[in-house]
Amino acid sequence: MSLTGVLRPGYVQLRVLDLAAAVTHYVDRIGLDEVSREKDGRVYLKGWDEFDRHSVILREADTPGMDVVGFKVASDGELDAFKNRIEAKGIAVREVPAGEQPGMGRRVSFVVPTGHRIELFAQVEQSKTAPPIMNPDVWPSEPRGMRATRFDHVLLYGPDIDGVTAFFTEVLGFGVAEKVEMPDGTLAVWLSCSNKAHDIAFVKHAEPGKFHHAAFFLESWHDVGHAADIIARYNVSLDIGPTRHGITRGQTIYFFDPSGNRNEVFAGGYTHYPDHPTRIWTADELGKGIFYYQKELNDRFLGVVT
Amino acid sequence: MVDGAAGAFACNADTPVLIAMERSGRKAIAVGCRGGGCGFCRVRIRAGAYRTGRMSRAHVTAEEERQGYALACRLFPLEDLVLVPARRVAGTGPP
Repeated sequence: MSLTGVLRPGYVQLRVLDLAAAVTHYVDRIGLDEVSREKDGRVYLKGWDEFDRHSVILREADTPGMDVVGFKVASDGELDAFKNRIEAKGIAVREVPAGEQPGMGRRVSFVVPTGHRIELFAQVEQSKTAPPIMNPDVWPSEPRGMRATRFDHVLLYGPDIDGVTAFFTEVLGFGVAEKVEMPDGTLAVWLSCSNKAHDIAFVKHAEPGKFHHAAFFLESWHDVGHAADIIARYNVSLDIGPTRHGITRGQTIYFFDPSGNRNEVFAGGYTHYPDHPTRIWTADELGKGIFYYQKELNDRFLGVVT
Repeated sequence: MVDGAAGAFACNADTPVLIAMERSGRKAIAVGCRGGGCGFCRVRIRAGAYRTGRMSRAHVTAEEERQGYALACRLFPLEDLVLVPARRVAGTGPP
């Protein structure tokens, strides 16, 4: 196994104002599968092509936004090693016992310099509806809605981009795939722990702990068009797209869940390797970096966060 | 209608004011998430009866709701309304 340490984003827990409307959105429109509803009110979902038990958790609350994003690490030993490394940086670590989420092992929980709660875990039950592995068909049953295959990444807003970048690279072993450099410093950074162009991204923002979007992966540019048809047919709140990012090269469309949390479904993106140099965008070309076709920045896309 | 902007627009009792404004082609109120979450379309209602759907308490507190603040994407008119945009200017975001 050559992919070690942090493997991938494993789950995101989102707060919603209306749980029933949120479930309809994430299940019927985006195409995630409902896994379970628990006594504490949380609803667990997963993408059809994911092996782990769940990847999206919805919780009803007075304010939308993100509670936590969790990353899966390769082994229990690595989980302990990461815990020691995080504590050695002077960051408080909380151990969340196994079973706080159904099927989930123990978690290591901490807050990064942008004010977001991040967790690591090594063990989780495999889904009972995991993709087939013996003579596997391309899907267990035909995908629904936008046909999202999996939870892919989050983009978060907060202060101290330099601090959060140092934490993810030096402590968690991520690489910097891409960044935006402004005259007054780094505005945004795309971090990868894998072959993906990003597994998490951060944009500089005065208020800590804000959520920009959770993204789900599609197989093709044609699927992005199909997602746009679903957004139009069901009057889902559209943000922007279909379009393409210069940054990451993703082919994309952005929209909002019924509580105002932004979602992305996208296809493509280049392959990142740990030895690749960081791609850099500057202020004068930033419009093209964000929206490669339109080449202009947009107040709603840059400003709306939950 | 939106005070001080480009005049009145029609809105059914079961349509959010923000959606009716978008359909009318007007831009007096900023359009954000349309889901009660982001606060872009925060308004103060100067006159008229209305009801509201659930809104993020980060943008309209219970006290502000009593004072006549609402998010236009969660605002439904029961009679003609007079509104003023009341978007809170966040600290600083990206440019």
